[in-house]
Amino acid sequence: MAELNTGDGGGKGKKVRSKKQNSKVDLTAMVDLAFLLITFFMLTTSLSKPQSMDLGMPEKDSKIPPILIADARTMTILVGPDNKLKTYMGQFTSPLEGPKDVVYGKAGVRKDLLAKIKSVPEVMGDPKKGLIVLIKADKKSNYKNLVDVLDEMAICKVPTYAIVDITKEEANLFEK
Amino acid sequence: MAKVKMSKKMTSIDMTAMCDVAFLLLTFFILTATAKQPEPLPVDTPSSTVQVKLPETDLAIITIGDSGKVFFGVKAAEVRVKTLELISEKYKLQFTDKEKTDFGLIDEFGVPVNQLKVLIGMKSAQRNKVGQQAGIPHDSLDNQLAEWVRAARTANAEINQKQLNFAIKGDSKEQYPEIKKVMDILQDQRVNKFNLVTGLRSDNF
Repeated sequence: MAELNTGDGGGKGKKVRSKKQNSKVDLTAMVDLAFLLITFFMLTTSLSKPQSMDLGMPEKDSKIPPILIADARTMTILVGPDNKLKTYMGQFTSPLEGPKDVVYGKAGVRKDLLAKIKSVPEVMGDPKKGLIVLIKADKKSNYKNLVDVLDEMAICKVPTYAIVDITKEEANLFEK
Repeated sequence: MAKVKMSKKMTSIDMTAMCDVAFLLLTFFILTATAKQPEPLPVDTPSSTVQVKLPETDLAIITIGDSGKVFFGVKAAEVRVKTLELISEKYKLQFTDKEKTDFGLIDEFGVPVNQLKVLIGMKSAQRNKVGQQAGIPHDSLDNQLAEWVRAARTANAEINQKQLNFAIKGDSKEQYPEIKKVMDILQDQRVNKFNLVTGLRSDNF
């Protein structure tokens, strides 16, 4: 394929013909290179755009009266130091379940969340009353932990979730 | 005889047109690609499975990293200049027109306002050296970040007649209280919705 026709026919008196053949250059390698670069630029331009996660926080106005919700609907996820995670249902003083340790990822907190998303509307007897998750991050937890938990919310499609301040008692759970 | 000669000729195709198209596309992609800007505060963003792209316009990015250093940057250059004007009024600082245009070229910065003049005067290579900038003060005594946020919102509302979106770009190892502090500053100004900049991963973890 890669021939650069420089050949003159070798014969005498054929000089006109050989000059005509000279104009043909093989462009295969050049095209190969061009397409390689095209592929590179196409992929890098679309992938370099950073992803983002939408996060809506509740209004901080203290004048808005708190909305009372059923204990059976609320699940609290405590994000602790050293990648620890605890969950409980209902109120801290009288939890319906837990608090128990869970781990991040598919086999851990996601399984619990998916189960609760299914069971809560059944318990409440109203398909509109879905699960509410409260995320409470400890002072010693890091940003990655928070994003991981928020990501679980997105994966499991939790209908309502909020980031709330952790209480002292809850933080103490991680102390021992 | 004639048949053999024919098949020999078929093997080489004229590539000129293909080459033309390929290089045209190549030129297009090179020109549209935005070169990666050097960051004065490199952060390692946590990953998520969410595939929402960051908005391109009306965006301000607050970068948090290196144990609590906060950097601030607005996307549009005009808004940056206007923001600087509002800040200079607030802190009674004078900036020349050249300094204002130069500031419009700075993607993100992290210095207290009194060092801003020095920063603008620097060369971009020196400015973007890691560790050169100390971060914007954002504690309750001297909350300059809140002023920047307020100024950028006012500037964007004046120039683009739109709400400014805020993105938080935090380092994955950053402690939660540092992130919380910035979120509180935003929430104090009733910015209750923001984007968290993340990388991409699959949900199979």
